[in-house]
Amino acid sequence: MRGKRLLWHALCAVLLAALLYPVAWMLLASFKPAHEIIASLSLLPERFLLGNYAEVFRGTAGVSFWTFLSNSVVVSVGSVIGNVISCALAAYAFAWMRFRLRGPLFAFMIATIMLPVHVLLIPQYTIFQRLDLVDTFWPLVLPKLLATDAFFVFLIVQFMRGLPRELGDAARIDGAGPIRTFTSVVLPLSRPALVTTAIFTFIWSWNDFLSQLIYLNTPRNYTLPLALRLFIDQTSETSYGAMMAMSVLTLLPIALFFFAFQRLLVEGVATTGLNG
Amino acid sequence: MKERPGWAYLFLSPWVLGVLLLTLGPMAASLYLSFTDYDLFSTPNWIGLGNYRDLFTDDERFFTSVWVTVKYVLISTPLKLAAALAVAVLLNRASKAQGFYRSAFYAPSLLGASVAVALAWRVIFDKWAVNPDTSILVLVALAVWQFGAPMVIFLAGLQQVPKELYDASSVDGAGPWRTFRSVTLPMLSPVIFFNLVLETIHAFQAFTGAFVISGGRGGPVDSTLFYTLYLYQKGFTEFRMGYASAMAWVLVLVVALITALLFGTSRRWVFYAGEER
Repeated sequence: MRGKRLLWHALCAVLLAALLYPVAWMLLASFKPAHEIIASLSLLPERFLLGNYAEVFRGTAGVSFWTFLSNSVVVSVGSVIGNVISCALAAYAFAWMRFRLRGPLFAFMIATIMLPVHVLLIPQYTIFQRLDLVDTFWPLVLPKLLATDAFFVFLIVQFMRGLPRELGDAARIDGAGPIRTFTSVVLPLSRPALVTTAIFTFIWSWNDFLSQLIYLNTPRNYTLPLALRLFIDQTSETSYGAMMAMSVLTLLPIALFFFAFQRLLVEGVATTGLNG
Repeated sequence: MKERPGWAYLFLSPWVLGVLLLTLGPMAASLYLSFTDYDLFSTPNWIGLGNYRDLFTDDERFFTSVWVTVKYVLISTPLKLAAALAVAVLLNRASKAQGFYRSAFYAPSLLGASVAVALAWRVIFDKWAVNPDTSILVLVALAVWQFGAPMVIFLAGLQQVPKELYDASSVDGAGPWRTFRSVTLPMLSPVIFFNLVLETIHAFQAFTGAFVISGGRGGPVDSTLFYTLYLYQKGFTEFRMGYASAMAWVLVLVVALITALLFGTSRRWVFYAGEER
């Protein structure tokens, strides 16, 4: 039995090491000079250099790293606030209230989860262009305020449905209207679902590339993924070091969120099939 | 719940507004634009089926992009699901370390969608990425690397399988492979179906990895010209937005068709517990 157990751990550990190799390589490559990054796939640098990071902090395309970082933070935090509020409101109606169109509207909401966003891209772009909002953060944040990430409505609905109904009845006997029931009974109890929504929204908008690529055109407004994209266009390999350093810095917040909230994230995936 | 229905719509109003302004409205608009020569700057002119005709009769790169995408979906989805299922079965055992491994194997799913990882991928797999025969495999590897999310869903499914079924199977003298075939797979088939639909739809829309690894061009020699990448080039670098709208609708129809097909076949192989067989 013990031997079998050890074998299991060994197998898991070997698989895990293989899986995480690219991440480890990336982290260590960020301390190597460019020629070494290209020349060898070995993990450890010949000697640790901080020069790549210094180069990143000197800025890219005349814009400071901190500008990219704060742009990304603004977009992601704005998205989180928008998603949590709008999705919680919609979820409360779907999970706790009765109205004639509930069935069809809920089915429609589920269907929008599957809809390829590409079919919305061009008209949405046209709308924001007419409103003169291209090259601002609004096209990235405004849709979240309108609960367009239906996945999270679904996630919160699933959670709210599991809350005991008696609490709502008790609140009503105490004279609470729907708003009071929402804010002082349902919302506080739904915290795990709201936190899961917040973290996933943060990570997804942090990683988001397509819409940021479309809407943000001047380097001053670039988020981190777009700043990284500047490296793609450079064909010279001398920038590989800075590229790896900035990549590592970009992934750092995701790694921190992952370590802090891994349980919630994995549970969120397991219970809803929510799928990055 | 006896509150007046108006309240529900009040809570729903942001979502309803989003549906009208950012989903249904744009869907109708893009359908209309797909029949025009819209270029963002001038008034769209109605050209009937012109864009669709050009796509199917006069655009070799369109067919290339369809072929590249279909290849990618057909290779990456089964591999990703197989990896997810294999690791889920491996992890499905009573151990204190299970939670740790589950989280750790899931981590690439959070990282893999980023530009940062795609850049690292480009450097690590440089030799393959610059060769048109193997470049697509680099992107397949990036997709399969992110098997953690479906793995977590499989593992949750495995934990729902009643233990008695395994006991009965071992009393019958079935070995591990036999048990897997006749207990695990049928009991898990709804979850397999769910993951298959989700991952297939997802794979059709892959973009970031192909954009980053090919430098936005879909190269070398269009070997990673994903459908969405070509759509992006048409719509947002050439500003042929009517044409790109037609492409978007072709994508929606294909995805809908494939989803319907998967649902159609599911009756034959998806087994719901409690159902007669």
